[in-house]
Formats: sequence, structure tokens, C-alpha cells
Amino acid sequence: MLLITCPFCGQRPEIEFAYGGEAHIARAADPRATSDEAWTEYLYVRGNARGLHAERWRHIRGCGRFFNALRDTVTDHFVATYKMGEARPDRTEGKQP
Amino acid sequence: MQRFSAFALIRQALNGQKGWDRQWRDPEPKPAYDAIIVGGGAHGLGTAYYLAREHGIRNVAVLEKGWIGGGNTGRNTTIIRSNYLFDESAALYDHALKLWERMSQDLNYNVMFSQRGVLMLAHNVHDEQVFKRHVHSNRLNGVDNEWLSAAEAKAFCPPLNIAPGMRYPVLGAALQRRAGTARHDAVAWGYARAADALGVDIIQNCEVTGIDRDAAGKVTGVQTSRGAIRTNRLGIVAAGNTSVLMAMAGQRMPLESYPLQALVSEPVKPIVPCVIMSNTIHAYISQSDKGELVIGAGTDAYISYSQRGAMHISAHTLEAICELFPMFRRMRMLRNWGGIVDVTPDRSPIIAKTEVSGLYVNCGWGTGGFKATPGSAHLFAWTLAKDEPHRINAPFNLGRFQSGRLIDEAAAAAVAH
Ligand SMILES: Cc1cc2nc3c(=O)[nH]c(=O)nc-3n(C[C@H](O)[C@H](O)[C@H](O)COP(=O)(O)OP(=O)(O)OC[C@H]3O[C@@H](n4cnc5c(N)ncnc54)[C@H](O)[C@@H]3O)c2cc1C
Ligand SMILES: [Zn+2]
Repeated sequence: MLLITCPFCGQRPEIEFAYGGEAHIARAADPRATSDEAWTEYLYVRGNARGLHAERWRHIRGCGRFFNALRDTVTDHFVATYKMGEARPDRTEGKQP
Repeated sequence: MQRFSAFALIRQALNGQKGWDRQWRDPEPKPAYDAIIVGGGAHGLGTAYYLAREHGIRNVAVLEKGWIGGGNTGRNTTIIRSNYLFDESAALYDHALKLWERMSQDLNYNVMFSQRGVLMLAHNVHDEQVFKRHVHSNRLNGVDNEWLSAAEAKAFCPPLNIAPGMRYPVLGAALQRRAGTARHDAVAWGYARAADALGVDIIQNCEVTGIDRDAAGKVTGVQTSRGAIRTNRLGIVAAGNTSVLMAMAGQRMPLESYPLQALVSEPVKPIVPCVIMSNTIHAYISQSDKGELVIGAGTDAYISYSQRGAMHISAHTLEAICELFPMFRRMRMLRNWGGIVDVTPDRSPIIAKTEVSGLYVNCGWGTGGFKATPGSAHLFAWTLAKDEPHRINAPFNLGRFQSGRLIDEAAAAAVAH
């Protein structure tokens, strides 16, 4: 089981959290003006990164709040967790600091 | 190719078993091939076999980064069935099931295909209604599936506990009698041996690291850990690593890769006569011919390429198994492992041409593609050879994610199998 650092509560076991998929995917501001290709990309296409992956988590059995995390999908190491609305941290390596 | 037969067995027995040839060659990669398949799982090896056998395309290489069958093919729990809900899926999976029924003869290789039946348990009214709907839809499609009462299910599978006081009472079950299991390694080896005999080069320890394209974008070859190889027909059959390979040709995919786990117990005498699945409590079990109980767990919640899953996922599955079969509580588990499965948004596969000329992809089998192996390989070989899909795999294209013509088998595939 992974240990995940909630930006609000600190380190907690994985089972307290719910995964929310890839982060930083914005819904189109004007849906009617959005092309079919852009809708497909938004709804279905994912980076599925082998390596660093920015993703949403929710501390559902804790404070209940959403946050983002940067995780290495090969080792499952969490490189960083950060609050919603913050930019993706500028990291290139996958090891935990 | 040295054919296997009862006579050959006897002759080798008298010979001290010293006269067996190796089953396939270990060739160096040639500079160019008419077609290259990336991924030496059973889907990839089967594709090469059908390319050579049905389409006369024999100058083919299968490139595998590790050893053949070492991916999901050799990690799966081998449940084979075709009772999927929608017309497109029923046609696809039953096409495969028909090929399973003669695979050992076709390949001259015993893949131990055993039609012992797959029983899907209903624990509540919702399950019962859904399964009955599946039974009717399957029968309209010519796929066998029948509804059993709890007593009939118990008669078919005596270790089942149908006492009403159970935490998850068994109200009945859907049974596909033609369904069953097969020996996964043998499927990879059987296809490898038969493809090799037709001239296909099976190249292991050869990781594809890049896809070469010309100015017009057309595929011209691949970069590998064993050098560059030219081809203008490239088929990607790389399961959990498909997104990584497709990115080498600039293609983003509607896929996410998750770890999926399985476990086997210490071997015991025959006790589970069929495959038993329960979608509601998320567990399934069968018994291998070696006597091990084969138990499939769920996927982890998050994408990963780690080829292992979290302990709480397999613990949850074992709790469910012990609820269903209290007599297994004292069994010890021998091994558990994970594979990386590539999941599409509608839980149906993609067997298709791509936007890139010369690039084809067979992926998205997720948690349940072993059962489709011969059908998938047969249809993908057709698509590669003719540059157009076969009638059966035409709906399983990439365009469906834009047109909205999804084939939503999330219900049929709810339990990882
Ligand atoms: C635990 C578990 C249980 C399962 N149970 C069932 C079941 O009961 N029934 C069922 O129908 N299905 C089941 N499945 C799903 C099934 O295993 C897969 O759908 C199927 O085996 C996929 O076969 P494949 O040949 O496409 O993939 P694989 O066998 O994974 O082959 C892909 C190959 O590509 C190679 N590769 C990847 N990247 C590269 C590269 N860059 N260069 C060269 N080679 C590369 C890999 O090494 C691998 O060998 C299960 C899966 C798992 C993990
Ligand atoms: Zn919290």
C-alpha cells in the first residue's frame, strides 16, 4: 500500500484516498465551438505516461479535499503533491527527494 | 517442424528423449521485413502465424523486448468465454471461441483447452435481471448461455454453497458450457513454433525504441535495442505498453494502463470443476490441472507500469473468495503477481488501422483479452494483409471514440478476467 501525502493532512495510507485520473485536463470554455477532435481528446484520450504522471487524488476518507500529485508510474513513487490550482511542479526525475 | 504425435512420443521415449529439436529458431534480425509485429505475446505471435498461413506473408518478424509470453499472456488466469452483451462483441469473442475449439489440432500443439464451463453467480435481483438479459442476447446471437437456478448451479458445481444464510446468497447463475480455460504458455509457444515453421523470425530480447517515418509520415521501420530494421507494415500488439509505442509515431491513444493481479494457491486434489465468477463481490476462481486454485483479483485504482499490484487489492479478493467458499479459508497462497493491462473507455478492444500509413494497432484488451487470442490474431493479420478491417473487427476502430459509436462492455467486463 502506498503512503500518500495529503497537502492538508500529511502522510496517510492509500486506502484513505480516491484516484481521480490525469490532472490538468481543462473542459472547453465554449463547448459549442469545440471540434469533435477536441472533444475526443478531452473525453477519452490520455497521456498514460510511463514515468512522471500528474494526477488528481481526493482524500475522501480524511479531509475530503482534492489535490494533485506527481507520481512515477514505473516505481509508484510520489515525487510531489500540490494543491488544486497550482501549476505542475517542474520535476524531471522520478525518485522521491 | 518436428510434428508431435503419440508415435513421436513413443519413439522419443525409446530414444531417451534425446531426439527432440528446439521448437523455434533464435535468429538474428534481418535488415528488412515485409511486416513487423511488436510484442511477442500470444496476440502478436498469433498475428504472425495467420499472416504466414492465411495471407502468404512469410517474411515477418515478431519483436519482443523480453521473452515470448512473458507479458500478460503468461500472467493471466486463462478464462475463455464469449457471452458478451452486444452484437459486435458476441461476433468477435465467438469467432475466437470457435478457433479455440480446434487450436490444438491447427497448431499440432496441446494448448490444454478445456471446455469446463464458466458459471457467473447472481447474488441479488439486479444480477439476476442482468444475467438473464445477457442469456437472451447471447442466444439471439447464436452464443450458448443458459440460466441455472441455485439448485441447478449446485448440481453443476458441487462445492458451491447455496445456503440462504450466506452473506452473498447464490440466487442462480448464468452458465456458458463451451467456455473454459487453456494453458497460456502453450498458446504462446504453439503459435511461435507454428509461425517459425512457416518462416517467421521470432526475435526475443529486442526492445523497440523508436518508429521511423518518411517525409510523408509513412512508416519505414523501427529502431530497436538490436539495431534498426526496415519495414513498411508495422503492427503494434504491446498490451500495457501500447501508449508508449504509439507515442513513438506521435499518436495519442484512448488508453490507460493499470496493474491487474492474480494469485495461485498450493496444489490440492480436484475440487473446483468449472470456472466460477462473481461480478458483485468481485472474485473469480478455477483450478489448474496442476491442482492450484487460480484466483483473479481486481486492478489498482491508479495507472501504473509497475507490474505488481497493491496488497489490499488481493486481500480484498481473498476475503470475497472465503465468503463464497468458507472451506478455502485455511488454504495457503503460493504466488501472486501482476500484469499491466491497457483499458479503453468502453472496455472493448481496438483492432485497427491508424492515421499513420503503415501503422496498425491491436490493443485495449484490458483485463480480458486472453479469451480472444486466436480471433484477435486472425482478424489483425487480415487487417495488416489487406489494409482494411475484416467485417468482424470493423466496429473495433479508433474512430468510434469520435463518432460516439462505443461498444460499452463495461458490464460484461466488470470483473477483471
Ligand atoms: C492477472 C491477469 C489476469 C488476466 N486474466 C484473464 C482471463 O482470465 N481471461 C482473459 O481473457 N484475459 C485475462 N487477462 C488479460 C489477458 O492476459 C490479455 O488481454 C492478453 O494476454 C493480452 O495478450 P497480448 O499478446 O496482447 O499482450 P502481452 O502478452 O502482454 O504481450 C505484449 C508483449 O509486448 C512486449 N512489449 C512491450 N513493449 C515492447 C517494446 N517496446 N518492444 C518490444 N516488445 C514490447 C511485452 O514484453 C509483451 O510480451 C488477464 C490479465 C492479467 C494481467
Ligand atoms: Zn487530507
